[in-house]
Amino acid sequence: MRPVKAAFARNPFGWALPLTLAVFIGPIFLGLFGTLLPAFGLQPALGSFELSFDPWHDFFNDPALTKSLRLTLTVGFGATLIAVIIGFCSVAILFGTRAFGIVRSLLAPALAFPHASFAVGLAFLIAPSGWIARLISPWATGWDQPPDLLIVRDPDAIALMLSLALKESLFLVLMIVGALGQINAGSLLRSARSMGYAPARAWLIVIAPQVYAQVRLPIYAMLASALSIVDMAIVLGPAAPPPLAPMTLDWFRELDSGRQLMASVAAIFQLLLVIGAVLLWRFGEMVVNLAVRGPLTNGIRRGWAERIAGGVGRIGISLALVASVGAILMLLIWSFAGTWSWPGALPQRWSAAMWVRSGDTLVLLVWRTAIIAIAASAIATALAIFCLEAGIGQPKSRWLVILYVPLLVPQISFLFGVQLLWNRLWLDGTMVAVTLTHLLFVLPYVFLVLSDPYRALDPRIAIAARSLGASRLRTLVRIKIPLLARPIATAMAIGFAVSVGQYLPTLFAGAGQIDTLTTEAVALASGADRRLAGVIAFTLTALPFMALALVSLAPNRLGRANQ
Amino acid sequence: MTSAGLILNDVRLAIGGRTLFDGLCLCIAPGEIVTLMGESGSGKSSLIAYICGSLDTEFDVRGSVTLDGQDMGPLPIERRRIGVMFQDDVLFAHMSVGENLAFAVPPGVTRSERQTRVNDALVEADLDGFAARNPATLSGGQKARVALMRALLAEPRAMLLDEPFSRLDATLRERVRNFAFSTIKRRNIPALLVTHDRQDKSDHVITL
Repeated sequence: MRPVKAAFARNPFGWALPLTLAVFIGPIFLGLFGTLLPAFGLQPALGSFELSFDPWHDFFNDPALTKSLRLTLTVGFGATLIAVIIGFCSVAILFGTRAFGIVRSLLAPALAFPHASFAVGLAFLIAPSGWIARLISPWATGWDQPPDLLIVRDPDAIALMLSLALKESLFLVLMIVGALGQINAGSLLRSARSMGYAPARAWLIVIAPQVYAQVRLPIYAMLASALSIVDMAIVLGPAAPPPLAPMTLDWFRELDSGRQLMASVAAIFQLLLVIGAVLLWRFGEMVVNLAVRGPLTNGIRRGWAERIAGGVGRIGISLALVASVGAILMLLIWSFAGTWSWPGALPQRWSAAMWVRSGDTLVLLVWRTAIIAIAASAIATALAIFCLEAGIGQPKSRWLVILYVPLLVPQISFLFGVQLLWNRLWLDGTMVAVTLTHLLFVLPYVFLVLSDPYRALDPRIAIAARSLGASRLRTLVRIKIPLLARPIATAMAIGFAVSVGQYLPTLFAGAGQIDTLTTEAVALASGADRRLAGVIAFTLTALPFMALALVSLAPNRLGRANQ
Repeated sequence: MTSAGLILNDVRLAIGGRTLFDGLCLCIAPGEIVTLMGESGSGKSSLIAYICGSLDTEFDVRGSVTLDGQDMGPLPIERRRIGVMFQDDVLFAHMSVGENLAFAVPPGVTRSERQTRVNDALVEADLDGFAARNPATLSGGQKARVALMRALLAEPRAMLLDEPFSRLDATLRERVRNFAFSTIKRRNIPALLVTHDRQDKSDHVITL
């Protein structure tokens, strides 16, 4: 190695990569392994070492499997496809407008909205006795009492699919907005428009293909998540049978060891299903790519296509935002509802009784949820910073793909194995186990949020500091971290929000002994007491929002430093 | 050839199979300022990065840099004691002018001595009373002088000036240049000025 190279290659943060891989990839592979063994009848802890395919036989002969699979594929592909259409069409029609600025400012809070509380709030909104039905009854519907319709938890999982699509479309818009910064979209769009192309058509032809290449991995992560969603499926999806992931969870919870072996098979099958689905999606991309080659260069400057796209985009993004705001309002109103009889649009009597009654429980849940989230996001942020200092995170770094692994592998496929791992370490059912398990899902988001601002920091600032004699660590602590205070705070807040919203990881790592706001909200969603569910789910929503609000207090020095 | 000062010996820099320059030899004596001129992309800034120790590992490097007889190759950037002044001043935006300067004072100096050195530097740069100012509120000339004084407060054994005057207007450029050159010469340290401005003449001018 050349002397200069040797001097610069001595990176005091070189340990960050092996440590991150150890806490990041290690549990996933060990977890998958721990799930795989019981799927073949091997249970060393119970003294069973005989290879068996009986669990697979039982799994494939389960009478509910076919329906469950159909629901899983409907929700997975349906929600992802609708979210992609809404995401791209809405940015195409809004890009460069004042409305786009408003939508952008709402994206981070929307992303912080936990899936579980979104589902609970939405259920209160669209249920036959929900707010929408109340607002239009009886004058428009003639309903004197809540209709006997299966809107929520419908047998075909349409409510689940549409709800998930609306939630994920906001996530995708956020990803698209991030990708736009990489391709100089404004200039490209101006160039196309100067040739006479209508704005939306220009965006779809010139920008969308480049943006899609940048957001491909998040879309795959979205597909994997939609195929294996559990918390929203419990609240909004059908129960008999449910989609595959919640059905697997039910089996894991049963005392019958045969069912538990089937659950391991189902968890592994879920992974195979996601891999197959991603490959199928990739194939679909290639087909679409071939199909749109002609229209891309047919010279048509404006036509019906962008009008349809514009309509879909406007309606889709409006619905997503209205659903989010409506869900929050529902949670808040129900939490303070005293007497609220049909078809009143608002409670006849307001009351804080439920807040008072659940005070002690609520404080405990908030404390526990917040401690886990603060610890997970703080560890994740520290690891992300050290990894970035070690040079991981450069655009060409092969390690970047690894970050997506926990987002691409279905949670249910490896969390059972992770639980066994914690059990072996005498940690299952502890806050430590829950925090470390949350870390797997928090770190990718923290890293993704932090890496762009980190790379954007003028490298000469660090060179100047080090040329003044400051060590790498001192440069990091005294110069880089203060300058990156706002992005670091944002990354921590997003990490906090991700941790707060974790359902399955809390359930498995907590071994049913660690309740958080999320597990409680999901448990209460199917119960009769909407007021209590409102209190818990609203508090669950408020926590990440408060974290994001705190971010605004952090100084923003990055832009000034780079000037 | 004396071993004092900054010496580049048979330096070759290449990246992606393209050689930026080859066989570069340069000897800058203490108190001497050498101007290095060259077209854009000729490798001027890469040479600065190479000398100060911040060159990207993608570069293929041959040759050596010695400072006062010591090989700089194995040393990380912070142990080379080579000051760098950039085109954009690169002041730390989250620190006041005084804090920027204090950051550069070597460790082991008492608080009062540190303050004295900062005040002296401000006086020398004709910026007395600017310690509490935010760097963003300074003019281009003031920023350049703060950047120079900050680099010098770290007691460098050599200075590298990477087009530090190019953003200033003609009148200001001459004033700041004269200030920088006289200050560097007073401290008797070797300096390499990289520029594409023919007005930035010093003791010697070489073209890359």
